[in-house]
Amino acid sequence: MTDPVASLSAVEVDYPGRGRALGPFDLALTSGEIVALVGPSGCGKSTALRLLAGLEGPTRGAVRRVAGRGETAVVFQSPTLAPWLTAASNVALPLELAGVKARDARVRAVEALGRVGLASSVDARPAQLSGGMAMRASLARALVTGPKLLLLDEPFAALDEITRRALADDVLALWAITRPTIVFVTHNVEEAVYMAQRVVVMTAGPGRSGGETFVDAPLPRAQGFRATALFREAAEAVSVQLAAAMRAHA
Amino acid sequence: MRNVLPPIVLLVFLVGAWELICRALAIPPYLLPAPSRILTALLNNATTLGAAAWRTLAMALQALIVASLFANALALAVSISRTLDQAVRPLAVALQVTPVVAIAPLFVIWMGVDHPDRAIIALAAIVAFFPIFSGAASGLNSADPDLERLFDLYGATPLQKLLRLRLPSSIPFMLEGHKVAAGLAIIGAVVAEWVAGSGGAQGLAWRILEAGNRLQTDRMFAAILVLALMAMALHVVLQMLERRALKWWRGR
Repeated sequence: MTDPVASLSAVEVDYPGRGRALGPFDLALTSGEIVALVGPSGCGKSTALRLLAGLEGPTRGAVRRVAGRGETAVVFQSPTLAPWLTAASNVALPLELAGVKARDARVRAVEALGRVGLASSVDARPAQLSGGMAMRASLARALVTGPKLLLLDEPFAALDEITRRALADDVLALWAITRPTIVFVTHNVEEAVYMAQRVVVMTAGPGRSGGETFVDAPLPRAQGFRATALFREAAEAVSVQLAAAMRAHA
Repeated sequence: MRNVLPPIVLLVFLVGAWELICRALAIPPYLLPAPSRILTALLNNATTLGAAAWRTLAMALQALIVASLFANALALAVSISRTLDQAVRPLAVALQVTPVVAIAPLFVIWMGVDHPDRAIIALAAIVAFFPIFSGAASGLNSADPDLERLFDLYGATPLQKLLRLRLPSSIPFMLEGHKVAAGLAIIGAVVAEWVAGSGGAQGLAWRILEAGNRLQTDRMFAAILVLALMAMALHVVLQMLERRALKWWRGR
């Protein structure tokens, strides 16, 4: 087996006054794979993501991260764009913080916005974008540095069904270009099965692994993939694991 | 139009009733002058009152500038050092809760009895200081925590975080702080002028005192009216400026 790009080994996270939030939990990511973390609220999915991003350290256990600035990118549940900056300036920000010249950063930001279908909104402010467009700008900002690891924390939770399906396809199409490793957290079983090659179920807090399901179909997904037997069987398998994971707590 | 009409109707009704009662009961004008007398006094003293209003406004605005410089500098310092924050907070609160009337005589002594305007500006600045300071201090801590995480993820330096995240995030709070402070600066200037009690400053408060001492109640009312109108005009102007600035900040 090849070395993982990033991994969590027997990590545990305790928050003072709130007890154990996560673990012990293991996750090894191979290069270019797409993994979904599914689990009940408060199971530590987002904590696991923050560990991989290096935004938090584990109380116990070991974290192996992708080294290098801009090699790990995060997209949060809300677009978290700076309201005082245009879409292009928001996307250029990670590059400028890394010391790229403002003019070059802008060129690359405009390119990145073009790839997510926002070519005509480069100079719009976040307040002028719809929820789906703002999320696309956030995605462009994450991808502009060419990350090896892309972490998505319930990125589509606040969007309507049609927009989230369109965005799921966009993410897969973008993945196909540079093939970063993607870990995304979601509540939605169908979304997890549609987007991921591997769906990891986490038990109710503190989160541990509650089983995983492999979705053995080509990416990006073919049209009508949601209607296939393979999709429905995988979704059913994940749902059964999820139900067991929630019972384990109760 | 619908939200302008009710207050105008009420105002016309109240002023009308006031005029009628004064005439019907023949109330002596030194006790309660009728609105018509106040208007006459206002027109007869328009130049003096206008000049006095300008003096008070100019002192309040100078105080606002002084307060803004000190308050923003301190808020910035406090946002950088936690220890300084803990050291400064109780003092800032003590300054805020001490009534300006109580410390006014001190400033008149310090600034010299010959320079009442300096004492007035200093006192109005003290009153205006706190809203600007607390607005800027909380504004500098108001950045979206997820955006802050992104800055950390991309290895931003503390200076980059300050200039590119915390300062721009604080702008709406700073605007609000300055708006509140401007209103307080007027109040501070009037109170300070009152306590200074000398004609040296020649502001609106002095005109009110002077007319009161001579029992020219109609002139007193005229000066109070000018003061109220000036404060309201300042409020409206600042509200408009704030809205414009916010629109620019948000891009909408």
